[in-house]
Amino acid sequence: MSTASANPDWVLPDRGRVGMFSLFASESAIFVIFIVAYLFYAGKSVSGPTASVLHLPVLLTVCLLSSSWTIHRAVAALRRGEVGSFARSWVATIVLGAVFLGGTALEWRHLIRDEGLTIRTNLFGTTYYSLVGLHAFHVTVGLIALATVALLTAGGHVKREHAARVDLLGLYWHFVDVVWIAVFLVVYVVGR
Amino acid sequence: MATTDVGWIDAGTRPRPLVDRLHEWVTTVDHKRLGLLYVGYGLLFLVIGGIEATILRLQLVRPHNGFVSPQVFNQMFTMHGTTMIFFVAMPLVFGFANYLVPLMIGARDMAFPRLNAFSFWLTAFSGLFLYFSFVGGFGLYGAGTAPDVGWFAYAPLTSKTFSPGHSTDYWTLALLVSGFGSIGTAINIIATIASMRCPGMTLGKMPLLVWLNLVMASLVILAVSPLTAAQIMLLVDRYLGGHFFDTQAGGSAVLWMHFFWVFGHPEVYVLVLPAFAFASEIIPVFSRKAMFGYPVMVAATVAIGFISMSVWAHHMFTVGMTSAGNTFFVLTTMAIAVPTGIKIFNWLATMWGGKIYFKAPMLFCIAFLFQFLIAGLTGVMMSSAPFDWQLGNSYFVVAHFHYVIVGGILFCIFAALYYWYPKVTGRMYSEALAKLHFWLFVIGFHLTFDSMHVPGLLGMPRRIYTYEPGRGWDTWNFLTTVGVVFQAAGVLAFVFNLVRSYVRGRPAGNDPWDAWTLEWSTTSPPPEYNYATVPVVKSRRPLWDLKHPEDPDWKYE
Amino acid sequence: MSPTSIFAPLSTPAESIFELSILVLAIAAAIFLIVAALLVYSVVKFRRKRNDDGREPAQVYGSLQVELAWTITPVIIVLVLFLASARVVFAVQDAPRTKDSLEVTVVGHQFWWEYRYPGLKVVTANELHVPVGTRTFLNLLSADTDHSFWVPRLAGKTDLIPNHPNGTWIEPRETGLYLGQCAQYCGTQHAKMLLRVYVDSREDFDRWARQQAAAARDDGRVAQGRRVFEQTACINCHTVSGTAANGRFGPDLTHLMSRGTLGAGVVSNTPENLRAWIRRPDDFKPGSLMPPMGLSESQLDAVTAYLSTLQ
Repeated sequence: MSTASANPDWVLPDRGRVGMFSLFASESAIFVIFIVAYLFYAGKSVSGPTASVLHLPVLLTVCLLSSSWTIHRAVAALRRGEVGSFARSWVATIVLGAVFLGGTALEWRHLIRDEGLTIRTNLFGTTYYSLVGLHAFHVTVGLIALATVALLTAGGHVKREHAARVDLLGLYWHFVDVVWIAVFLVVYVVGR
Repeated sequence: MATTDVGWIDAGTRPRPLVDRLHEWVTTVDHKRLGLLYVGYGLLFLVIGGIEATILRLQLVRPHNGFVSPQVFNQMFTMHGTTMIFFVAMPLVFGFANYLVPLMIGARDMAFPRLNAFSFWLTAFSGLFLYFSFVGGFGLYGAGTAPDVGWFAYAPLTSKTFSPGHSTDYWTLALLVSGFGSIGTAINIIATIASMRCPGMTLGKMPLLVWLNLVMASLVILAVSPLTAAQIMLLVDRYLGGHFFDTQAGGSAVLWMHFFWVFGHPEVYVLVLPAFAFASEIIPVFSRKAMFGYPVMVAATVAIGFISMSVWAHHMFTVGMTSAGNTFFVLTTMAIAVPTGIKIFNWLATMWGGKIYFKAPMLFCIAFLFQFLIAGLTGVMMSSAPFDWQLGNSYFVVAHFHYVIVGGILFCIFAALYYWYPKVTGRMYSEALAKLHFWLFVIGFHLTFDSMHVPGLLGMPRRIYTYEPGRGWDTWNFLTTVGVVFQAAGVLAFVFNLVRSYVRGRPAGNDPWDAWTLEWSTTSPPPEYNYATVPVVKSRRPLWDLKHPEDPDWKYE
Repeated sequence: MSPTSIFAPLSTPAESIFELSILVLAIAAAIFLIVAALLVYSVVKFRRKRNDDGREPAQVYGSLQVELAWTITPVIIVLVLFLASARVVFAVQDAPRTKDSLEVTVVGHQFWWEYRYPGLKVVTANELHVPVGTRTFLNLLSADTDHSFWVPRLAGKTDLIPNHPNGTWIEPRETGLYLGQCAQYCGTQHAKMLLRVYVDSREDFDRWARQQAAAARDDGRVAQGRRVFEQTACINCHTVSGTAANGRFGPDLTHLMSRGTLGAGVVSNTPENLRAWIRRPDDFKPGSLMPPMGLSESQLDAVTAYLSTLQ
């Protein structure tokens, strides 16, 4: 072996991206297990409300999927060095995510109060709240991270050179949206 | 010049205070130190798990023995299994990966050093948390006692109905937290290998150890996550009134089994692939030959990784799956024997035509080959579902998996500890003591685990705190227990060797074994930064190329 | 000769498994001998000699032909083993009922076995009787956690899982007593959930079944004991048919004296053992779910006398 000088030809994948995609693989495996349980128990509850009490969450889905678009624009803006545009799109993402969470909370309040469906009611209740709740938990964690970045931006600490790192958060957010598509299809389309 | 001491840039003045040195270890993010912390942790719990096993064997030395109560016995086998898998084998595997992977790919650390430290401390904490369950039951309100549901914690035994109190929760929470640590380390290993190889080290030029750890880490990601999910579901059942595994509300006990074994089977490959890694590094060096069939070894490893995700229900042949379902898992389980056998043949072919040096690392690897062959064959026996209907859940299974984990994996870990001891400490261990360790342990291992197969063939189920006389089990159980003495003596010799050699061993130099991978090119121990200049490699054995410039590997690869 | 050896089958499913196991063991033994011999040979032949010149041996990096050879051969072996195993899986799991086959429902409990013969109106516990030469199908249920029915000389084990009915069958060739025990960890006394299967001649079995189907003997001399039984909590867990006792949590005691053992095979069924069991079950089976009933010595004498009449 010889001593190394700069090797411009030796290019390996970015470790942040590899790490983040590995995390996605792990999280996907967790969600798959919850989805399998949901589908396995679909229609098997002996009593209590069934999936027919669910309403299609069209608005919430639109909000969440739109937030993927806004975060994509935010990251692109930061790459160009347009911090102001980045900040606006970033905050829009947070707002849309918060609307999603708020809407989920409202839906759950309706299900608990009006339909009498809790996590302990029957198999449907257990699997529904667990699966949707696990996703909502991931949205919450994402929002906390996004809010942290928003605060740092407000303090003037986020610059163009941070675009790659912010992009990783963007990837996480996209993942959360992709998982929502899966959950949506399983719970509100296939399972009903 | 600064007046404060700066770690390894020590000018030889008075030694730093103990508090400072401990603080360094607790706050370290250096992959080598974290590797040593993991290995030290694993070895400590190996002794604890061994004590638990000794208690089990003392109780079973003869029928109707009264050494411990059934309640204590049931806690012992649960804690023994859980400890050995999660707080011995996994930490040892991650410890070696941490220490060796960056060195072997010419990197200066892992991809995410702080995540590395965080993952270690999660695992360390969760082991202590699990063991708190022993003391927590007495006097502290609601703290419970040690879990007694078996290491695979089948439902509905784990429901609140059948496991009141908190003993099961210790199991669930300890493994949930350590699972996050495992996933964190796996992410780190994958990112390190993908993104931090030195120039010239394409995937096809990585040492086999690195390949095996890459596949291992991928399996951790795919397999530990389902366990995490299942444990969350169990907590939902136990604390939020959920019904995932609540058979009295229509839930399914078999669903837990599927989720657990989707984790549990790939998990054993997580443990064995690094053992293969050690054998793949040690056997060539002590046979003085390159690894035979490197590309095939890589392909076999990847194949094992994939197939291992499809065999899990061979742990469930007796639960009443359909004949078609059972048959599918017979096929996949038998299929995985093919790439595994190929590996054994390739190791043999590496030795063939070589010049074998019988140093301790090689002795342990030779024993590994012999023992892993037997373990694999007993596995093939159980892959035949009808045969498994007799052999399953009996002492035959217990003998089989101890043959793999002790006779296969632990032997390779001993080999690796001796092989890399000089690199880590800068000193040679005592070869005489190591050989004493080897022979004591081989005798003890075979006495215990060869004997253990027979009661299984004669109808003895597992997890029983006592047994009836007159079934032909007595003598075999007695012999099994006797073997413990030799294994314990071997481990004592081993620990004594490690400690004494650290103080009095002769200096090892960079490359005591005349080996060929990058870690032997730096000092023993390596400096904190590993390599002063980043290496550039042209073949799988960069040091062979340096030592044999007339006949370098890259001409043949 | 072990009464629970898997290599001494006396019933069709166990025999099918045994025949398959011979093939599997033969193949495994052959592989072991060949590979172990190669290992021993290479360790001896290629060890570094004392007069070694210190040069490295020829470096051989691989050989495609060799790799193909030791890939294809194992694949063929796997195919043979797979087909042989699959055949037995289907033959055993999907075995059909015959016109004189018997149906028994087995319910696993912590830590005892309940047997119901629906066609014969028999309910008993812990000792299973079946006629020789007949196919008996066991429908396996559980009242609590997982258990497993394993009598090695009769069949492979099959699990009893709550909310997941299972089935197995036996077809014993010889009369006699067959032993086994629960083979899936089910709690504290998993170790003492023993199995006793009595394979009777046809006449003996019919006689046994008739006797089991009869109501409990009513012997006036033990009326006092019967009163103790009925006025303590015994009747909440146990059934004695024809009386007020109709609990299902513990074993049916209607014909307790027809059984050779107590506590699912733990001790032999003698008056002393019976009395001691009732006094404190934990003396024999610590962690069994029957609590000590707190009876006085004379109550114990009376109840034991009463139960001793339940032939």
